[in-house]
Amino acid sequence: MIAVYFVLLIPFGGIVFFAFAGHKADTGKLNVRFNAICLLATIWLAINVLDQNTILSSGKAFLIDPFNVYLIVLTAFVGLTTSIFSAPYMAHEKDLGKLTDNRLKLYYSMYQGFMLAMYLVLTTNNMGVMWVAMEGATLATVLLVSLYRTPESIEAAWKYFILCGVGIAQALFGTILLYYAAVQVGGIENSLLWSVLYENANKLNPEILEIAFVFMLIGYGTKIGLVPLHNWLPDAHSEGPTPMSAVLSGLLLNDALYAVVRNKMLVDGASHSETAGHLMMGFGLLSFLVAVFFLHRQKDIKRLFSYSSIEHMGMMTFAFGIGSSLSTFAALLHMTVHSLTKSAIFVTVGHASQVAGTQSMSKIRGLIKTQPRIGWGLLIGTIAIAGFPPFGVFTSEFLVLLATMHSYPWLTPLLLLGIGIAFAGLFRHLQPMVYGDKPEGQLPIEANLWPVMIHLALVLWLGLAIPGFLANWFSQATILISGSAPL
Amino acid sequence: MNIGHQDFYTQAILSMAALVGLTSFLMLGQGRLLRLIFVFALQGVLLTVTTALTAYSLDNHHLYISAVLTLVLKVMFIPWMLRRQVLLMNIHRDIEALKNNTIIMLGGASLMVFSYYVLHPIVQTSSTIMLNALAVSLSVVLLGMLLMISHRQAVAHVVGFMSIENGLFFAAIVATNGMPMVVELGIAFDVLVAAVLFGIFFFHIRTSIDSLDVDRLNRLHEVDK
Amino acid sequence: MSWLIAILQTLLFVALAPLLAGWLKWCKCCLQNRKAPSLFQPYRDLIKLTKKQPVVAGHASWLFTIAPYIIFSATVLAATVVPLIAVDLPTSASADVIVMVGFFAFARFFLALAGLDIGTAFGGMGSSREMTISSLAEPAMLMAIFTLTMTASTTNLSVAISHVLNEGLVLRPSFVFALFALMLVAIAETGRVPVDNPVTHLELTMIHEAMILEYSGRHLALIEWASQLKLMLYGVLVANIFFPWGIAETFSLQTLGLGLLVILGKLAVLAIFLAVSETLVAKMRMFRVQEYLGFAYLLGLLGMLSHIILETSR
Repeated sequence: MIAVYFVLLIPFGGIVFFAFAGHKADTGKLNVRFNAICLLATIWLAINVLDQNTILSSGKAFLIDPFNVYLIVLTAFVGLTTSIFSAPYMAHEKDLGKLTDNRLKLYYSMYQGFMLAMYLVLTTNNMGVMWVAMEGATLATVLLVSLYRTPESIEAAWKYFILCGVGIAQALFGTILLYYAAVQVGGIENSLLWSVLYENANKLNPEILEIAFVFMLIGYGTKIGLVPLHNWLPDAHSEGPTPMSAVLSGLLLNDALYAVVRNKMLVDGASHSETAGHLMMGFGLLSFLVAVFFLHRQKDIKRLFSYSSIEHMGMMTFAFGIGSSLSTFAALLHMTVHSLTKSAIFVTVGHASQVAGTQSMSKIRGLIKTQPRIGWGLLIGTIAIAGFPPFGVFTSEFLVLLATMHSYPWLTPLLLLGIGIAFAGLFRHLQPMVYGDKPEGQLPIEANLWPVMIHLALVLWLGLAIPGFLANWFSQATILISGSAPL
Repeated sequence: MNIGHQDFYTQAILSMAALVGLTSFLMLGQGRLLRLIFVFALQGVLLTVTTALTAYSLDNHHLYISAVLTLVLKVMFIPWMLRRQVLLMNIHRDIEALKNNTIIMLGGASLMVFSYYVLHPIVQTSSTIMLNALAVSLSVVLLGMLLMISHRQAVAHVVGFMSIENGLFFAAIVATNGMPMVVELGIAFDVLVAAVLFGIFFFHIRTSIDSLDVDRLNRLHEVDK
Repeated sequence: MSWLIAILQTLLFVALAPLLAGWLKWCKCCLQNRKAPSLFQPYRDLIKLTKKQPVVAGHASWLFTIAPYIIFSATVLAATVVPLIAVDLPTSASADVIVMVGFFAFARFFLALAGLDIGTAFGGMGSSREMTISSLAEPAMLMAIFTLTMTASTTNLSVAISHVLNEGLVLRPSFVFALFALMLVAIAETGRVPVDNPVTHLELTMIHEAMILEYSGRHLALIEWASQLKLMLYGVLVANIFFPWGIAETFSLQTLGLGLLVILGKLAVLAIFLAVSETLVAKMRMFRVQEYLGFAYLLGLLGMLSHIILETSR
């Protein structure tokens, strides 16, 4: 259990270290090291869970169960690979004169701050602390979105700040209602702890919990990027530095969804109606369909993929909303593969836009001729995210479709249609960027594509076979969330 | 369950709820920034008094800390910071022409009704007092959002943002006698950081668009034109 | 016996009104670093005016001469309704608060007519302004009063006051709103700063003074006296509804004496508040008055709503 403290203390140390040490040439590498050590700590934690299943720290402050443990490892992993990518990327940005030493200091310090907030959201057992950490993640990243200090980036950061801040306030109101419901029952100690609430869920007043869940869904849903609260997401992704887009898409959205699902488990325990599930399905499906259509009208490459993130988050929310064991399993898998694929894509997109010197898709051309590795990375990444076999996204989307056919057959055509439109939307933009003619003066850059390759290889692996321990976690988590084992 | 039969604490809490709600309405209709900030500070004072009252009547010591935190943050630091920004920007003489003030006020009133409607199921299990406290805080939250929608100045947006926080705080104090200490400290920390970040943002917005009028932040679109 | 006390109370009202005006003036002078006139100066003014022969404009109709008497007697009748030192008096039992508002409206109506009657520019202007303000102030006033009457389930002032008295110290959110609303309305209705300034005769801003510009002699004395009475009436309303403690409930010499002393104290304190606010606040533009009274109405409405929502059970 000590591993939890390591997982939290290492990024904390990182914040302090980077804030005081100032920026030097090797700071990027140090950031990689911090994340690497943290990954080791999470693996240690995961090994603990492997033979104990669920562990509560003394004082019940932290809870590790199969549902969050793989997310913790995933967070550390994506954090590490993105930091590997970010070191040369940020150095290049500095060479271009877009950034100063001071801002890089802020960047690295807040990178660790963001990681800390993410770990805290995942590990904490206290619903209040979860909210605080979620808000902390906003606060840590808001200055990173405006790192370039262009009017656009400041506007994007302001939107992000206000929209997420106001949104997440609703989640706090939901948390207060939850606490109120627990206090009312009486005789429950520490009634803001998830594990305690979960045990006593059947005693809580279902009506209050349902109201609370609506607020939670709106609040954390803002962070997930659910339509109609998604406006901040494409702006923040497109205007911030690319490594930020990678971790926002790969981690923040996942963790917000994680928070919603945790709350849904409580509501399901208290009331036996399916209100919570239906709400999630509705919001999820709406986000999915709206994002799919917006894909077609983008001109900025990072905006394109951020709409793709909204699309996938919508699908996961929908799948969790269905609530059957199959769909829950599919959603858990989709969370993993989406965050691996999407962060890989953002890494390649970052390189691609450095090659072309712009994020405008009409100017990015002929990548496969200029720098074949980036071209291939982008192509394979997009194939994976569009849901082609044999990649993991195909598997999870297929399972979601199956589950939908099983529970709500009449919604299947909508999903299929959406996937098709998304595919068209991605590829009509992608084809000229990857193939096309090579423009004048486009030169290859120094790029580290190892993270991309590892991510995509993992996604491929997950599409072909899920390793035993992961499958075990998924099915344990499925039992926790949906109440029955998958298949 | 007439109010005359309630204990003094409940009466006081209800009065506070009414006054907190009133300050939210006052903010909504306020076109002058300095007065807006003043009313916001007033709301902070009301919250401090409520917290101290709850702490006293329940003999709950950690609520005193919350009261002090509220006093320092929401009555002194944030209003001071905002006031300074306004004076620095020399916009304290501008009167924001609020379009459709009447409609906004009516909207505010209907939001209040809406919060009662949303929270009404709670009555079945608890007292009307709780319903009132929660409904007032929810409407403070919603009115804060309406304030942000109806005003153009970034300063007003921050006031709206913070008054949303006030509403939540009021709910936490009255309905649940305060959240656990660690959560409250966390929330206070978040508010403090947010306030500092807002200060930084004012600086950036000012240097980039030479104004704090948020309507002029309009470069990014949902779909590229 | 009780009738006697009722008449005595009304006489007290009439007699004490100029004293309150004098005290208010005295407080203001002290606050503004001026040498204060004697407390009894208003009495002397009234006496001086009564001795003078009234001058009436040539084309003034009978309405002009009769109006001061109507205004004064309507205000005195309104005073009979309001409990000053004791509750449960027959006069206040026979008429309720709506009648009181009616008397005020009646007096104002004749004042406005008199302003119009002589056909000068100022008279008409004053009348029009006065009616504008009162049409906004009256609903706000009734809103505030209704909050009280709903709490006590009666429109009778005397019964309502004893209800509040018997309930002991209860903190009511609705009363806080109603109190503020009533104070704002009182300031507007009695023509004090910031709505109107009673001490100047500046053409462009005056309201009350514009209507009575043509009056002189005993007519003017009656009108002045009536407006002093009105100020006191509002003061007593605020003091006795929201802070009724000390008012006599039985008719013994002791309780009545105590009641008199207490109400004098309360009025003195209220007058100090008024003086301070008049010193601090500047008069506002005519067109801002509607906002001011709109706010008062909002407060009254909120008071009523919070009474219905927060204080009664379902």
